[in-house]
Amino acid sequence: MSVTTLPSRGIALRQPGWIARLFDYKPFLIVMCLAPAIGLLTVFLTYPLGLGVWLAFTDTTIGQRGIFIGLENFQYLWTDPLWWGAVFYSVFYTAIATFGKFALGFWLALLLNNHFPLKSLLRAIVLLPWIVPTVLSALAFWWIYDPQFSIISYLLVDVLHIRSTNIDFLGTPWPARFSLIAANIWRGIPFVAISLLAGLQTISPSLYEAAMLDGATAWQRFRYITLPMMMPILAIVMTFSIIFTFTDFQLVYAITRGGPVNSTHLLATLAFQRGIAGGELGEGAAIAVSMIPFLVFATLFSYFGLARRKWQQGEAND
Amino acid sequence: MRNDITRRDALALGASAAALAVTGASAQTTSPIKAADVPPPKFAIEKGASLRMLRPVRFVQADEDVFRANAAKFSKETGIEVKVDFVGWEDISQQTAVTSNSGAGPDIIIGFSDAPHIYVDKLVELNDVTDYLGKRYGGWLPLAQTYGKRSKSDKWIGLPFGATAGPLIYRKSVLQSIGYDKVPEDSAGFVDLCQKLHKAGKPAGFALGNAKGDGNGFANWALWSHNASLLDEEGNIIINSKETIEALKWVKALYPTFIAGTSSWNDVSNNRAYSSQEISLTANGVSLYFSLKNDPATKAIAEDSEHQLLPKGLAKVSPMAGLTLNAMLFKHSPYPNAAKAFLQFMMEKEQYEPWLNANSGYWSQPLAAYADAAVWSSDPKVSIFKNTMQSTYYDGYKGPISTATGAVSADYVLIQMCAAVATGAQTPEAAAAEAEQRAKRYFRRQGR
Repeated sequence: MSVTTLPSRGIALRQPGWIARLFDYKPFLIVMCLAPAIGLLTVFLTYPLGLGVWLAFTDTTIGQRGIFIGLENFQYLWTDPLWWGAVFYSVFYTAIATFGKFALGFWLALLLNNHFPLKSLLRAIVLLPWIVPTVLSALAFWWIYDPQFSIISYLLVDVLHIRSTNIDFLGTPWPARFSLIAANIWRGIPFVAISLLAGLQTISPSLYEAAMLDGATAWQRFRYITLPMMMPILAIVMTFSIIFTFTDFQLVYAITRGGPVNSTHLLATLAFQRGIAGGELGEGAAIAVSMIPFLVFATLFSYFGLARRKWQQGEAND
Repeated sequence: MRNDITRRDALALGASAAALAVTGASAQTTSPIKAADVPPPKFAIEKGASLRMLRPVRFVQADEDVFRANAAKFSKETGIEVKVDFVGWEDISQQTAVTSNSGAGPDIIIGFSDAPHIYVDKLVELNDVTDYLGKRYGGWLPLAQTYGKRSKSDKWIGLPFGATAGPLIYRKSVLQSIGYDKVPEDSAGFVDLCQKLHKAGKPAGFALGNAKGDGNGFANWALWSHNASLLDEEGNIIINSKETIEALKWVKALYPTFIAGTSSWNDVSNNRAYSSQEISLTANGVSLYFSLKNDPATKAIAEDSEHQLLPKGLAKVSPMAGLTLNAMLFKHSPYPNAAKAFLQFMMEKEQYEPWLNANSGYWSQPLAAYADAAVWSSDPKVSIFKNTMQSTYYDGYKGPISTATGAVSADYVLIQMCAAVATGAQTPEAAAAEAEQRAKRYFRRQGR
């Protein structure tokens, strides 16, 4: 047996430099890899958010620098019936629209999960409301809800003769509120349907086959296989849906601008109205900041409420 | 959209040629507009000066064409490059706010009515330009002075370019069919007229939704024609008054006579309803008349339409404010003298008169001498707009203009007060109290 010994000079040459050794040091490498992302987040997320929160505690107006006024903006909002109205409608809008989007979106996803001719084409068509710019769909709904030229009124009055007068969709508070919710549901269904469809397709067919062999009914298959398996994706999609709906702006602003008589203001539209149109940047920021607790609560509720692992596995909650 | 003006543009589109194309007036005709022989101010133009200007997008194409041609003419004569950007009406306020707060951006912005009063600390005074123009062209009209000068002072912080008004427009034949030759000037008579129009199936319609122009126009008219106002002369909020309650009762009586849905109307709703003959009476700018007149399908409606100043009610003159184009020169501009020279140039007869004519009456003049412009005799139905800037009414009437007066208007406080009463959501007393509370909130900090 022969033993070869490497020359000591060769060993010295292969010693890594201090930079290489630094990058071999795991904590340093982690920091270096994360630094660009942290930098971007700081510049584009933390700074605007921080500035918004800071403005909420100042009396800044457009054209004038503000000073720190503590909680004064929030104290005023607490006594402001318009803010309370916006809180009510934001919660109502989010709850009803999210329920509608999930009921219809899940149903649509289940339908699209079946095999039928032109399946791909139909799935593409379902996406249309989602890919159309929001303002464009808002304008379309604005026309649909027009008090004089609504296509719905035209059909009911002039074609079917079911009604004698046009429907005043946006002229009174409750019809206006529900009209906007309907527009939001129409717009949000594709996101829910396509996301849930992706989830449905990850469920192994063997589970259904086994259940069918055991004599499970369609409802039992849905209740004990589909629903538990879908819970993680449902939790994620619902979390996003709640955030998108609660912070909606374009649909409402383009169709009603918060009217009639402020009955359809969401917190986002009220924040814009006060902060930009009204020039009260501090108060507008305070309204925007007041959305954060609602969003955090809704997010935590939907995420942790729906994503509990035992429930996912079809067991009782603890 | 192109934003730059080349010399080729200037040659291809001379100001007088554009005016000729639009108005049909002979460019060779001697202008009746009188200009006094006043020495112009001498501005020491900064070396290498170039200017950037922002203004609201045109309502009629000729507005933009002639404006660009005038700017190109200035560039040709002085060597100062001028870049003009046109932006949407809804965007101009935000862009002005950003420019003001950041201290960067256009040298000159043409905003609306009270804009200079919001950014007063950031603006260059324009007294040298306005003094000269006032002396040369017969003096500044009341509305121009109200919006151009800082409140309670003679310092010009804005240079008004013109104003547009929203008088009544009605179907002559429909009014005649119910026994009226024109709209009554008294409030009770107006309600009676609207009731009869409603009965005849050709109702009136006025915006009560969150409509910046038409909604505020109606709310202000309702208040001012009952001698009510947001502020008194000292700037105290007096909206919660017995006069306001009377005005709101009048709105309450009027609302059932309107076509259904006006509480959701925005600024274009009345145009559409009038054009489609759903309504026979509303208030609007001259643009509605011209859109009807220029479309063969609706030309007959234009021929049957008449304009009338908003009924006075208890006011001494028609309580109608004009939406004013108001130019601001920002302190951050490195070329303030060049900018002043440009503003002066644009208001001189050779440039301003073709531009005024090209607008077909949409904008009316801020300087008295321009009342003799050809546009005002081109169509009898347009001449009513000639004296828009003679108005003594304005947003924030009767008080001093401030940021808060603009904010109250932008936040639709007065419209919503009227709409709440009209739709039965609130009593007149409750609506006036709420409007007072909302207005006070704006005035606590911005009423300066």
